[in-house]
Amino acid sequence: MDLQTMTYLVVGASFALYIGIAIWARAGSTSEFYVAGGGVHPVTNGMATAADWMSAASFISMAGLISNMGYGGGLFLMGWTGGYVLLACLLAPYLRKFGKFTVPQFIGDRFYSKTASTVAVVCLLTASITYIIGQMTGVGVAFSRFLGVSSEMGIYIGMGIVFAYAVFGGMKGITYTQVAQYIVLILAYTVPAIFISLQLTGNPIPQLGLGSDMAGSDVSLLQKLDQVVTELGFGKYTTTTAGSTLNMFVYTLSLMIGTAGLPHVIMRFFTVPKVSDARVSAGWALVFIAILYTTAPAVAAMAKMNLIGTTNVAAMKGGDMYAPESSLKAEERPDWMKRWEKTGLLKFEDKNGDGRIQYYNDKTKDAAVKAKAEAAGWKGNELTVNADIIVLANPEIALLPNWVIALVAAGGLAAALSTAAGLLMAISAAVSHDLVKGVFKPDISEQGELMAGKISMAIAIVIAGYLGLNPPGFAAGTVALAFGIAASSLFPAIMLGIFSKKMNKEGAVAGMLAGLFVTLVYVFAHKGIFFIKGTEFVDMIGGANSFFGITPEAFGAVGALVNFIVAFVVDKMTKEPPEHIQALVESVRIPRGAKAVDGAH
Amino acid sequence: MDQTGQAYWSAVLGLLGKILAIWFLVSFGAGILFADALNGIKLGGYPLGFWFAHQGSIYIFIALIFYYAKAMDRIDRKFDVHE
Repeated sequence: MDLQTMTYLVVGASFALYIGIAIWARAGSTSEFYVAGGGVHPVTNGMATAADWMSAASFISMAGLISNMGYGGGLFLMGWTGGYVLLACLLAPYLRKFGKFTVPQFIGDRFYSKTASTVAVVCLLTASITYIIGQMTGVGVAFSRFLGVSSEMGIYIGMGIVFAYAVFGGMKGITYTQVAQYIVLILAYTVPAIFISLQLTGNPIPQLGLGSDMAGSDVSLLQKLDQVVTELGFGKYTTTTAGSTLNMFVYTLSLMIGTAGLPHVIMRFFTVPKVSDARVSAGWALVFIAILYTTAPAVAAMAKMNLIGTTNVAAMKGGDMYAPESSLKAEERPDWMKRWEKTGLLKFEDKNGDGRIQYYNDKTKDAAVKAKAEAAGWKGNELTVNADIIVLANPEIALLPNWVIALVAAGGLAAALSTAAGLLMAISAAVSHDLVKGVFKPDISEQGELMAGKISMAIAIVIAGYLGLNPPGFAAGTVALAFGIAASSLFPAIMLGIFSKKMNKEGAVAGMLAGLFVTLVYVFAHKGIFFIKGTEFVDMIGGANSFFGITPEAFGAVGALVNFIVAFVVDKMTKEPPEHIQALVESVRIPRGAKAVDGAH
Repeated sequence: MDQTGQAYWSAVLGLLGKILAIWFLVSFGAGILFADALNGIKLGGYPLGFWFAHQGSIYIFIALIFYYAKAMDRIDRKFDVHE
């Protein structure tokens, strides 16, 4: 069977499965729509959380970025897992005890103010929509390859499917569908990794393969990779940091506290029956996430090895990488390159007209590399590979069987769809429940509320799709921005709400606004106002990365610090929260007396 | 807050302090700040600092959460505030 038919078959079968489950578990009441009626087992919930969590950024984009960044890419690995420790010990059990549907509801009640909950809605919408932009970029990549269309077309198709999918199910449908999606995506990620690890190192477990010797030699994979990439002018794989050590530090911190502040993840912990379940559930979620996250660095390093090995035969076999016959002949380039060229995400340009492909870092500062490239008649790097295609192309690069390639396409779509659906749920809950019902129209009917939720989903998807056409970066980079926004605005407010009994509404609101504001200014200065191209104002803040060399993706931790400081200062200058709020905080801290989550205000 | 309540909360905060200290040490410490120094040590084919950043910290995070959940159950029972 040819690859295209096989891909249609596997993707079609996986979709049929999700839709089947969604119909079987269709949501009835609002409570089922939002929190699945509060009766999901911790392990099931952990698996669904993992699917919800691992998005196009984790599945499609992350390993590609790590592949490019090397050691520095570890910030994604630590950042997106370490946040679960914070979530499990600082937030999840207390929010579960509090027992409401949404994060703005917690903030509104704890800070006894509609202003606070409205500000929280604004923060939530900004973070979630930015997040969905990243998803749409990933969806575009997956669909473009899968259907053989341009990545723009891929995004349009993806928008339609994501929307139909999220509107249909609600949380209960989504919880069980997500379990199925988790299984599909984890198989799709690990199966090719196992094959490739076997090919390269003879060890079937990728986590061990990455630390093993190259098959048939006594040089370790990482050592070999270090040697090959530095030979071609790239940074040394195992030591290149992301910018500076400081940048890597705050970037990791931003992702961690962003993880703990992202409403669609927090919402998951409202679906378990007990407070103690919320703690354990975070652990299970991380177990399921870790299966992918510990495989990703192996995928990254091995893909880099294979990519270089494909374009330069001397990389694997040894010999002079700069000898003319080492570079791959353009007309003999493998089929996968041709397939990806159609999407526009992989480009080959024969700059020196020798009919061969030279892949190296032409911007290297290594004078020896420059001299060798010049002596060999290389006129610049001739192959550009979009980082977002590495994972999807990985099995093709390693020449794995067609069913594996098809499985990866299905997995990528599962990852993007499940997360986009979870985010749309969070958006619709915030708009319909917290904004429309909570602030503007308290007497709205249950049906009207569901309708408002669906309309807000549609609007969110159109905005995200439009911005996804001109994304502010690779999927994982864009998603990192969303984490920065959540980190700087929501996380501090929630944490203060639990851990500081005396924090009052003035402090919380001022903190959230200040954190959100500084982060957005820094991000928009680099990426354009609301990510619209051409509206960057980076000169006004003193040039790119002007704040101690910190990149906009990493700025969330700084925003969070500003949030905390402003909140404390304003809190000291205004009056204490009322008695009953302080009593509420005390009751939230104690597990006993937790009841099922309800939506009443 | 009554006496037991206060004792319970300080027990919780004590546990959190320990958990977060380890959380910080393995990721920001071993994975970032001391990664260069640790890279001199090899774990199979892995330089140790690289291993902490790309593998080790994740395994330790998982262990931390399960340990936390267990320890919290113990504290809940001791102060009789469990569900």
